[in-house]
Amino acid sequence: MLFDMLRDPAVLVLCAITLAGCSGLPGLLLRHGPLGQRLASAAALLSSLIALPSLVYLLFWRQTSSFTLNWNLPFGPCEIALDPLSAFFLIPIFLVFPAGALYALGYWPAVERRASERSVTFFYGLLACAMALVVVARNGALFLIAWEVMAVSGYFLLVAEHAEEEVRGAGTVYLVASHLGAGALMVLFSTLFFSTGAFQFPAAGSLQVTAGLSTLIFCAALGGFGSKAGLMPLHIWLPSAHANAPSHVSALLSGVMLKVGIYGLLRVISFFPHPPLWWGALLTAAGLTSALMGICIASAQKDIKRLLAYSSIENLGIICTGIGVYLLAAASGNRLLAYLGLAAALFHVLNHAIFKPLLFFSAGSVIHAAGTRELDRMGGLAKRMPRTAFLSLCGAVAICGLPPFNGFASEMLLYLGFFSEAQAGAPYLALGAPVLALVGGVAVISFVKLYGIAFLGAPRTDGSARSHEAPFSMLAPMGLLALLALAGGLFPQLFLALVNPALAALAGPGADAVALPVAPAWFAVAGGSLLVLSAALFLFLKGRAKAVPAGAGPTWGCGYIRPAASMQYSGSSFGALFGSLASTLVRSRISAGKVAGVAPAATKLSYAPEETVLQRIVLPTISIIGVGFAFVRRLQHGEVHVYILYIFATLLLLMLWVH
Amino acid sequence: MNSLADQFLVLCLLLNFAVLGTSRLNFSVRSVALQGVLLGVLPALVHPFSWHLAFIVVSIVLVKGALIPFLIIRAIKRAEIEREFQPFIGYIPSLVLGALFTTLAFIFAAKLPLAPEHSGLLVVPASLATLMCGFLVLMGRRKAISQVLGYLLMENGIFLFGLLLADAMPVMVEAGALLDLLVGIFVMGIVINHISREFSSIDTSRLSALREE
Repeated sequence: MLFDMLRDPAVLVLCAITLAGCSGLPGLLLRHGPLGQRLASAAALLSSLIALPSLVYLLFWRQTSSFTLNWNLPFGPCEIALDPLSAFFLIPIFLVFPAGALYALGYWPAVERRASERSVTFFYGLLACAMALVVVARNGALFLIAWEVMAVSGYFLLVAEHAEEEVRGAGTVYLVASHLGAGALMVLFSTLFFSTGAFQFPAAGSLQVTAGLSTLIFCAALGGFGSKAGLMPLHIWLPSAHANAPSHVSALLSGVMLKVGIYGLLRVISFFPHPPLWWGALLTAAGLTSALMGICIASAQKDIKRLLAYSSIENLGIICTGIGVYLLAAASGNRLLAYLGLAAALFHVLNHAIFKPLLFFSAGSVIHAAGTRELDRMGGLAKRMPRTAFLSLCGAVAICGLPPFNGFASEMLLYLGFFSEAQAGAPYLALGAPVLALVGGVAVISFVKLYGIAFLGAPRTDGSARSHEAPFSMLAPMGLLALLALAGGLFPQLFLALVNPALAALAGPGADAVALPVAPAWFAVAGGSLLVLSAALFLFLKGRAKAVPAGAGPTWGCGYIRPAASMQYSGSSFGALFGSLASTLVRSRISAGKVAGVAPAATKLSYAPEETVLQRIVLPTISIIGVGFAFVRRLQHGEVHVYILYIFATLLLLMLWVH
Repeated sequence: MNSLADQFLVLCLLLNFAVLGTSRLNFSVRSVALQGVLLGVLPALVHPFSWHLAFIVVSIVLVKGALIPFLIIRAIKRAEIEREFQPFIGYIPSLVLGALFTTLAFIFAAKLPLAPEHSGLLVVPASLATLMCGFLVLMGRRKAISQVLGYLLMENGIFLFGLLLADAMPVMVEAGALLDLLVGIFVMGIVINHISREFSSIDTSRLSALREE
């Protein structure tokens, strides 16, 4: 009987989820040496080896299995289910989690990071398990429990280096933001409870409520899930959290946890039989705004991980745009546009879960090697760590949405959707195409800056001059992710085969039987010819360079007699032109000492990019709220006796009230 | 409910005042212990004999009458204190407030929608009055040991209320409640020891440094 059960792929997936959650447990007991971390990585790899084939099987055969846990929650039966949508969102979890666990062996080794390694390893597994539980839960209470475990384990991962003030601050902001989001979710699930009478999720398309209630449910979902997904202006926690976490944690947070927010949004939308048009319009507008603002702010960053974090906001914005386009099209009955929008969104979920962890891993390797997070202190790393540089280049090309990588394929679907609207009666939606193109262009600026400043040129500091190539355990997951990114760009039909079942589960059966305007084979032809062309060009140029004798000098030497590393373009000078255009969104605060006299003494100049929305609107609002609630603080003074008095007064009031 | 049980309950109410009106800790501990024993015997007077009941009675009398007082008195000896000086609420005001709360408890109990077989009994007002006196001790005294006593008084009040349901209460629930209490006392005992060792005082009003600034 056990054997029969284990042949059921859904049971295998549940086993893998449990295994992921327990992966850090041996490490808690084994106090010394790297054994615990190695066991955890092995468990993570094993869980993904079990889960991924089962998930692909479940998706291909479009199976739905549901289980009722034997756990007497006071909120009704504790149901979990694996439908194509859940299975689809489990794929990124079981892709990034083992990659990160493997990467951690080299990046966060138990021997050097003795103090924090055990908790990081434990919560890494717990976070993966909790995210998987969120995705499979079908009971509001269970969902919230898993959501909370996810948020809290994310916090403990984030504050791994809690000795630093900045990390603690980022952790606090994250914790407050995620609890505000959880508050919105509580509103969401209690509203659902009052309209259906149970905490069970209603079946897809079966929720019949009044327009006011559905608006409340949608807004609560947008608040709760949108803040997790980092949509502007709910993103305030995201940049500092992703910048201050260890890189493999950032990869999991950015690559997967943000997608859990998208999952929640899609799941809630799926309850409604006919989502109104304005939801789609709102999501499209929010998505495009997030994408454009996110990438503009990213281009001004000087911290490599902060840049990646803002680029996550951009990518989540693109995903959200896709969902919005789908809702618009579904409400107006345009099947092709609905397919293109939702397929682009889901495809991009998968893609972002591939190239963003790749970029965070390479950022981790760079930080590990150069010993700093600041782009302007790196430089010349391509000569010292060529493999990392190559893999980062793959990730950067993919995230800019350029062929032949997977980012191109999913953004292409969205472009096709926008273009298909161009000939419609009221082609407002077609205006999304230039916005998306602008986003793509700014993304290229940002990532040329990231790659060019960090990897090219000459080393700017001793730290980056002494850097070294990352070990195999860090390069292997990056190589795997880069290969997947290439596969997704050349053969998008492979990924679309995973996307289609989830799409049919959301948009109704038959919604995926739409012929693409461009045959998928063209992606392979275009990407392949691009690869061949660039290879030919490379060989040609190399041949010419051999034929002509050339002198060797430092990069950016520019014919000076004594070139120095500080003559190079820096990240800020590279981004200065675009930064001046985007100065309403982000501006650099420069602080410099005075220079006076003919022979001035040495002085210092420092600058920090500052987000206008955050500094001018969000933070002042928060501080006003803080002043308004100052009287609450007076209630909390530390006198135990008066606390007891509060309890007693409440009790007396309750007695009188019942009376 | 027979008259003997009623007399026991009145004695319990009087013991509340004894705890409220004294500064000597040893005397307070003994009063609370005596109250516990009286309450422990009460089920035997009210309900017909059963082994379950006998078990409850014996265990309650042992724990409340012997084990807990023993632990507290040992803590008092270790911390070398005998009296509660300068309480937040003085002894005379405490007695007045106690009388007020007892009256309120009687008024409130008369208006409670109780089951017909329970209305008109002394048990409900006595339980509420004991509970509120416990609160009063918790609020009004400084020493950590007095806080333990307030906690015990409150527990006695809750136990009295549970007496109405003693037939329906499974053994495990009883055992669980007793165990909770014992663990609570242990924890408090340990905390008191640590407080007096670290700060050479067990004045809880000085323990306000852990609040958020």
